[in-house]
Amino acid sequence: MMSKRLKEKAGFGALAVLTFMAVVPVVSIIGYLIWIGWPALTWEFLTQPPRKFLTEGGIFPAIIGTMALTVGTILVALPLGIGTAIYLVEYSRENFFTKLIRIAIINLAGVPSVVYGLFGMGMFVLTLGLGRSLAAGALTLGILTLPIIISTAEEALLAVPDSYRYASLALGATRWQTVRRVVLPVALPSILTGAILGIGRAAGETAPIMFTAAVVYTPRLPDSVYDQVMALPYHLYAISTEVPNVSQQMAFGAALVLLAIVGAMNLVAVVIRTKMRLKRMR
Amino acid sequence: MKTRLSDYYEKGIKYLLGLIAGTSILILFLIFFLLFREGIGAFHYVGVLDFIFGTKWLPVSEPPHFGALPMIIGSIIVTLGAGIIAIPAGIGIAVYLAEVAPRSVREIAKAVIELLAGIPSVVYGFLGLTVLAPIIKDLLDLPSALTAFTAALVLAIMALPTVVSISEDALDAVPREYREASLALGATKWETTVKIVLPSARSGLMAASMLGLGRAVGETMAVLMVAGNAMIIPHSIFDPVRTITANIAAEMGETVQGGLHYQALFGLGIILFTITFVINLITDLIFTKTSSVKRGASL
Amino acid sequence: MKMLKGGYMGNKNKMETRNLNLYYKGFQALINVSLPIKENTVTALIGPSGCGKSTFLRTLNRMNDVIDGTRIEGEVLLDNDSIYDVGVDPVVLRKKVGMVFQRPNPFPMSIYDNIAYGPRIHGHKKKDTLNEIVENSLRAAALWDEVKDRLHKSALGLSGGQQQRLVIARVLAVDPQVILMDEPASALDPISTAKLEDLIHQLKSNYTIVIVTHNMQQAARVSDFTGFFLNGEMIEYDVTNTIFTAPRIKRTEDYITGRFG
Repeated sequence: MMSKRLKEKAGFGALAVLTFMAVVPVVSIIGYLIWIGWPALTWEFLTQPPRKFLTEGGIFPAIIGTMALTVGTILVALPLGIGTAIYLVEYSRENFFTKLIRIAIINLAGVPSVVYGLFGMGMFVLTLGLGRSLAAGALTLGILTLPIIISTAEEALLAVPDSYRYASLALGATRWQTVRRVVLPVALPSILTGAILGIGRAAGETAPIMFTAAVVYTPRLPDSVYDQVMALPYHLYAISTEVPNVSQQMAFGAALVLLAIVGAMNLVAVVIRTKMRLKRMR
Repeated sequence: MKTRLSDYYEKGIKYLLGLIAGTSILILFLIFFLLFREGIGAFHYVGVLDFIFGTKWLPVSEPPHFGALPMIIGSIIVTLGAGIIAIPAGIGIAVYLAEVAPRSVREIAKAVIELLAGIPSVVYGFLGLTVLAPIIKDLLDLPSALTAFTAALVLAIMALPTVVSISEDALDAVPREYREASLALGATKWETTVKIVLPSARSGLMAASMLGLGRAVGETMAVLMVAGNAMIIPHSIFDPVRTITANIAAEMGETVQGGLHYQALFGLGIILFTITFVINLITDLIFTKTSSVKRGASL
Repeated sequence: MKMLKGGYMGNKNKMETRNLNLYYKGFQALINVSLPIKENTVTALIGPSGCGKSTFLRTLNRMNDVIDGTRIEGEVLLDNDSIYDVGVDPVVLRKKVGMVFQRPNPFPMSIYDNIAYGPRIHGHKKKDTLNEIVENSLRAAALWDEVKDRLHKSALGLSGGQQQRLVIARVLAVDPQVILMDEPASALDPISTAKLEDLIHQLKSNYTIVIVTHNMQQAARVSDFTGFFLNGEMIEYDVTNTIFTAPRIKRTEDYITGRFG
């Protein structure tokens, strides 16, 4: 009996240590990043373009570029993603077409981001002639984000009780009236949570934009969707591998800003979800 | 008349949504189509077998050589290495969180894991390059720490959130009755976990592992930054390697559209796409099996 | 008493089914059901669970259209017109034939928006009109006094009984002619149930009501006519009093006296 208990203690204890060993170093490395990067975040760093081969000045164009790409991603992915989810949950019965859609979504979700990059370059940059541009980058990122948005939106719609749909239909509402006025408002917070998480991922992606939208250096801010842009993830890659003589502090600063943007989006999503959970408990 | 008008409106919306839903199929088809259209030339020039098993990748020499084997081996080594670290660790952490951790620890850990999953791969690569690699270099006394080992470690850290959260779901799905029945027979919690819970969750845990591997094999930026990128067939895990993904990202900028080098990179894209496609297929089969098991149990 | 209730026999048929058969994925759920529904009366449908009474109810406003794999034969008439004709829009039909479900299902919106939902989708936009409809509907559902000070609070804060009356008010707001109720009291406590039954009594003068219930006392209390269903067939239909005191058919008597449970 004693040894049984001992074995249990040892087993679970080892797992606790393992968890600790995995989480603590990772969290402390991120803490280190914040520690080193924080002093770099001056007003100049955040609002000025880079100077002298990226070794001085700020990262303003990269921040703007990433934001523009993110907005573009939203414009591409949200209508397509939510529309697809509505079709799958509210309008279709299981048939060959929906099966095909599901297979497509599953496979799209598994395609590596660098392959999306190749596709975006072949399709949007070259075949459609958009060139290396904001539009090509946003389309690529939008497609990359689509599977996440579809599947989270689908889950959100499925979580809306059927009794709401029946009640609305029995009052003489049409399918679309039911979806727009009853189902969507109920599902919206969950749909948004998923969408923000997905788009946060897209905002940090590098490989898909390095052939389609991003350049190492341009002092200009984009003024049309056909402009190429700087983008934070690509900027971080460039200054830490390709550009010589960049101070460590500037690199950590850029990494921290990127982390903060993505982290803020995640945080918003988590807050919405927590609020929803609390509301449901009440 | 009024009803008929609104009828057309309703139908219109339905078809519009159907059209939107169809774009996923179109996109997948276009990805297939485009990769093959742009990449097939390389296979023609080199031959499929020589492309896959050739050991020399010299795109700008005269004549050029396109043998992808070093990269394929690089991808396999780095992915397997990441799997060897991330799968046992991830499942172990999931067991700790699902079975023993107090509620508060569990909630915090879940939030942390989710935030870790959201960190962009370029940031992992950056931290691997600037923080982790120097530490490993000193610890193991290597000439350079930009090796397959470091890449595998960084990839493992990146795959960990996926493995943990899906494993945890799988463990959660094990009915409480199983645990209670085992405990009631006098088994300890540890015995119950090892002999009842883990086997019951087996297919879910396998799916988690496959998804972790899938994430690792397609990962680009972090590997590009820490793997060392030497185009050689490595002799040990402490040699630098170049993966398929890293090579596409590194060389795409230098190519001419439609040129042989450009086509060869799309050829690599085809190989990569095929690998992930197979991994997905296996994962999907496991998942289908899991859900049918669940359905069977609930009936 | 019997004479008085029997007096409704003269009312015209608001709805009627003739030889109605319903198949669900190869299984026949309704077999040759022919049943009149008299205007301004309450018709109760009773029978053990799974006997087809709820399925039957859903054919009356084509809510069964929503479910995959159902097929129908025979006729369902509303004011002598078939509601399954090609030209009939189920959306328009459901405005005339409203439905109250087993569990109260208010939308997660304010009380006001719940009631105004129907009028709004049917094109009423003016605030004054909506206010009026909301008040009238809530009054007719005997809920106005309880909620008039919290119209813009969430409907989910109401008690179960209040929610069920709210749902009835929501149906009344689209001005239906027939109201179908599918075991409306099954999730309610006895006091709320009594209130609901009072309400059904009051509504009868303006609406035609069909109620499915597994509670025989309730059927006896609220209805003028009763149909007894068993295994998809309608076994017997008569004035409620007759069904409960002198059924013609043995199986009805067996069920009513409790042998079927």
